[in-house]
Amino acid sequence: MMTHGLKVQSVYALLVALLLAMSALLVKQVDQVRADEPLQEVLYIPSPKVVERLSLGYKGLLADIYWTRLVQYFGSKHRAKSRQYLILEPLLDMTTTLDPKLLPAYEFGSVFLAQKPPEGAGDPAAAARIVEKGIRENPGAWRLYYQLGFIYWLEMKQPAKAADAFERGSHVPGAHPWMKVMAAALAAHAGETETATYMWTNILNSTEDPQLRANANRRLLCLRVDKEVSILEERAGIYAQQSGRPANNWQELVSAGMLRRVPLDPDGRPYQLRAGKVYVEDMEPFPFITRGVPPGQEINNMPGDRGFKVVPKL
Amino acid sequence: MIGRLWAIAFNTFREAVRDRVLYNLILFALLIVGASVLFGQISLDINRIVLINLGLTAISLFGIIIAIFIGIGLVSKEIEKKTLYTVLAARPVRRWEFIVGKFLGLVMTLTVNAGLMSVGFFGAVLYVSHGLGRVDLPLVTAIYFILLQFVLITALALLFSTFSTPIFSSIFAFAIFAVGTFAEDLRGFAQMAEGVTRGAMTFVSYLVPNFAALNVISQVAHDTPVEPRLVLLNTAYVIVYAGAVLVAAVWIFERRNLK
Repeated sequence: MMTHGLKVQSVYALLVALLLAMSALLVKQVDQVRADEPLQEVLYIPSPKVVERLSLGYKGLLADIYWTRLVQYFGSKHRAKSRQYLILEPLLDMTTTLDPKLLPAYEFGSVFLAQKPPEGAGDPAAAARIVEKGIRENPGAWRLYYQLGFIYWLEMKQPAKAADAFERGSHVPGAHPWMKVMAAALAAHAGETETATYMWTNILNSTEDPQLRANANRRLLCLRVDKEVSILEERAGIYAQQSGRPANNWQELVSAGMLRRVPLDPDGRPYQLRAGKVYVEDMEPFPFITRGVPPGQEINNMPGDRGFKVVPKL
Repeated sequence: MIGRLWAIAFNTFREAVRDRVLYNLILFALLIVGASVLFGQISLDINRIVLINLGLTAISLFGIIIAIFIGIGLVSKEIEKKTLYTVLAARPVRRWEFIVGKFLGLVMTLTVNAGLMSVGFFGAVLYVSHGLGRVDLPLVTAIYFILLQFVLITALALLFSTFSTPIFSSIFAFAIFAVGTFAEDLRGFAQMAEGVTRGAMTFVSYLVPNFAALNVISQVAHDTPVEPRLVLLNTAYVIVYAGAVLVAAVWIFERRNLK
């Protein structure tokens, strides 16, 4: 039989539990109302040096906190398909000032900066700056040179600077041997499809990371599409010259002996032929193609060393 | 003499471990170490770095808080409770033995605390890194340096406790800790100054405790080993500096009228 004291205690405990449960339900309602609150675009302390001083020596931890904030900021913006990432660069500068050895901040951060909106900030110059900062602080990190080369080549279309980055990186102890080859290939054949194919093949062969491998494969497929579209449009052009009019469908080219069968893209779907131009039926599996883009869709030549959508977990 | 020192030290240790605040702070520190495992998962590619930064920072900061909050009361509480007269007069215990014994007792307490928190910390490292190896040796050095920090701050808290109230002692101790983290910057500023300012700043920059050199958390988070020479120099520095502070504490305490 419960004593009076125990009954009183039980009533208190039940009351507290009930009120807490009610408050939790109310919080859920409040969250729904505040769901559309604009994301905070404020850097409360803009100076990295001030933050460093305030850290009382625990700047490594602060760097981790800022990095986590940056990752969450990028993820939230990306999910909202925002085209503005106003404090991305300042957050990255803060993180790398507090901990200059935090290599993932340079590697991933530069990708976030370089990717075109709404995938990223669309600021490859800022991405290059941050990677150069990383190289100054970590001259032994050859991957940063590789990252820089990628940004210059893919995003900024500056093959000479890209070649220079790969060349500098190739001298770092432990650098992958193909850095040297990339430097030479970019210097000699800057911008050509063969160079790109060579680079992505090397990336595919040099990594066990499944995400990197998947991305390298996707890039190689897109390069294959670019090449095939070029060849097919060339043949369609020859047909138009010989017959005096553009081909209406692939059968006409097959009948003319210019093709053995209806050409299929790497996804197994037939290429589309319209007024002498060749298009893929669906660009979704080939986001990086520069030829054969269906009318009305945008080329989104994704960036960065990994060249893939980096969407961190929220 | 050794017997009296040990008796005071052990008694101080026993009293400290009875303090509930101590257990709450240790528990909180262990919770933070556990949380750091989750923290790393909402960031990108820095799980181990976050764990080490957050875990060691928790051990360091909470240890310093414990050192200050217990240290500031070591002498003043005894004076308040009037037990000090019994200890000094009836036993008899010399004043310097009392101070050194209290210091040793609190350092023992903090060492045990750091040991318990380190067990939790290495458990988390084992979980995140799927094992412990040579690459984790620098973490042991970092924890050793944290213990050296505790020795310094304990000596300082004890010094303030000999002449000040607990509130002001805690303010002075935290302030000295904060200034000590800027010791290297102060020396840098002193070099840029001229004349009397340069002399004064240089003097102050060497007078404040060099906490900056005892914080290698960021370094070990990136698996960079600590130079053995630094370990020796820091150990020698802490012994000498803490010795100086304790001598000052004994000096003040000897001259203090306890009635």
